[in-house]
Amino acid sequence: MEILRTAPNPWGQEVLVGVAWDLLWAAAIAGFLFVVGHHLYVWIMAPKAPKTAPEAAPEVPERVERHSQASRTFHWLMAATMLTLLVTAFFPVIGVQFAWVTIHWIAGIVLTLLIIWHIIHATTKQDFWSVWTGTKEIGQAFRAVGKFLRRQPAKEERSGKYPLDQRAYHNAVTLVSGGVIVTGLLMMVGVDTWFWASNPYFLSDSTWGLVFVLHGLCGVGLVTMVIAHVYFAIRPEKRWMTRSMIKGWITREEYLEHYDPDLWKLGTEPTGAELASGSASSADPDGVVPA
Amino acid sequence: MAVIRDMMPAFELFQPTSVDEALDVLERHDNTWVLAGGLDSMDWFKDRIKRPDVVVELGSVSELAGIRASGDGLEIGAMTSLRDVVASDDVRSRFGLLADAAAQVATPQIRNQGTLGGNLIQDTRCWYYRGGWPCYRAGGNICYAGTPRSMNREHAVTGQSRCVAVNGADTAGALVALGAQMMVRNAGGERVYEAEDFFVGPEIDIERMTVLEPGDLLTHVRIPGDWAGARFYWEKVRDRKSWDWALASVAAAIVESNGTIERARIAINGVAPTPVRLTDVEDLVQGMPANDDTGMAAGELATRGFKPLRHNDYKVPLARNLVRRAVRGDMA
Repeated sequence: MEILRTAPNPWGQEVLVGVAWDLLWAAAIAGFLFVVGHHLYVWIMAPKAPKTAPEAAPEVPERVERHSQASRTFHWLMAATMLTLLVTAFFPVIGVQFAWVTIHWIAGIVLTLLIIWHIIHATTKQDFWSVWTGTKEIGQAFRAVGKFLRRQPAKEERSGKYPLDQRAYHNAVTLVSGGVIVTGLLMMVGVDTWFWASNPYFLSDSTWGLVFVLHGLCGVGLVTMVIAHVYFAIRPEKRWMTRSMIKGWITREEYLEHYDPDLWKLGTEPTGAELASGSASSADPDGVVPA
Repeated sequence: MAVIRDMMPAFELFQPTSVDEALDVLERHDNTWVLAGGLDSMDWFKDRIKRPDVVVELGSVSELAGIRASGDGLEIGAMTSLRDVVASDDVRSRFGLLADAAAQVATPQIRNQGTLGGNLIQDTRCWYYRGGWPCYRAGGNICYAGTPRSMNREHAVTGQSRCVAVNGADTAGALVALGAQMMVRNAGGERVYEAEDFFVGPEIDIERMTVLEPGDLLTHVRIPGDWAGARFYWEKVRDRKSWDWALASVAAAIVESNGTIERARIAINGVAPTPVRLTDVEDLVQGMPANDDTGMAAGELATRGFKPLRHNDYKVPLARNLVRRAVRGDMA
């Protein structure tokens, strides 16, 4: 299997020009194998944790808001943009030919703007660090792996607003999306747009090759990640999360079953400024759905 | 970089005698190359830029050669020599546009050897690409011809998308103007493309000039009778009158009644990565008198949105005037 493509530059030096498209198939197959493997594991091998009734908590409303309207709109716009980028990037590779370049760079610009908005929104309106992985989550991961290896019933450890797997996925997506955005913006220099003419001499041949390789690696990585994301979104035990991304709320039972009220306090979520000044409580302003 | 060598790299040569046999070879092997007249192919091979493992030479496939009636039109085999296209009474009497275009391909010697199919699917003449530079079209990441300091006098003024190479097939514009269809076969069956859809621009696939994929064979060109006997206009402007590729060319089929244009099909080539059918111009001139005013309006419309490179802005007035002359009905 080929991983990278090279070509001689005008001076006869062999330089990178991009990833080999074998990697696209490898990424798709890896995603498929992960889906099948996980499904079989859960279906056949995974020890079943006993179902416990959640404690009574009358102070928790019947419906707890998990994602605000703004967050949900961002998520679905980003999903549509990401799918557009993947389709315009990879359908031509697999033989579906259409004029993809303009759609691709426009979708890339939209994704970049959405990410900028998301960073500002998360910094000013949400607890910026609530979705990042810290030492607490790493310890939690070790405990989960230990239980898996000892084949102990894996009673889910209740978490803050974002559980470990979501935090890990968010971190990975941040890294890979950041990679495609930075390299994609650089590649825009080489494309004629309505605003500027292409300048292929902006970088040297070998540096352009590196940019294309990184863009390609991140792109095929996103294929695997999107497959995994869609798979978890439609798994029966995760559908309440998917519903919350559509409707915005989870039930009181779901809140008490999956979340630690000490880690995800319903009430007022601190702003970035409050967090910085140390005057914040760790409660969530979106946490209560008005009756 | 391209260096002419004495010997081509070795390849396995197949000389099938039927289309089925040719398709079978193409189906069974990877990295194949279809050889028609060989006039484009030999350059690539000798420059050692294209290195096929298998070459399928179609000179012995008799069913791919010849001109025959098809409904109210003609069907021309892809291996029909350009000389035979030019000499054909059927082509000259009914579709003189194609005969005129084919007659200006290169030289008599080349027209004897070159085929209609080979002319249509020849690769672009961009010398950065031909020279072996790792440009977009060659699988790299840069168009060396599109930069401000490039030598791009012969390159595209419209339809650029990362690559600025032009289509160099003289017969392509004529067949677009005649509303021809391209018959393509592979092991899976036959596909039919309108001539204007047969050519692929870099915005769709930067490494190909046509829809043909590995394993495909252009077998025939079918020209419907719709434009038989229309007023045709063909003009090709080139640096050397003796023989050269077009800097720009125009092909027009126009049906007139009492000096008024009833309908028209017009295509220009040499200005974009594909032949460009001017549908807006066709709509504009319909019902208009075939005179200089209409020609000027048509020329203006045809070149609207053109984006010349540093050294080829002369192509804008050139294309404008070619369309103008085609519409007003000059003698070419």
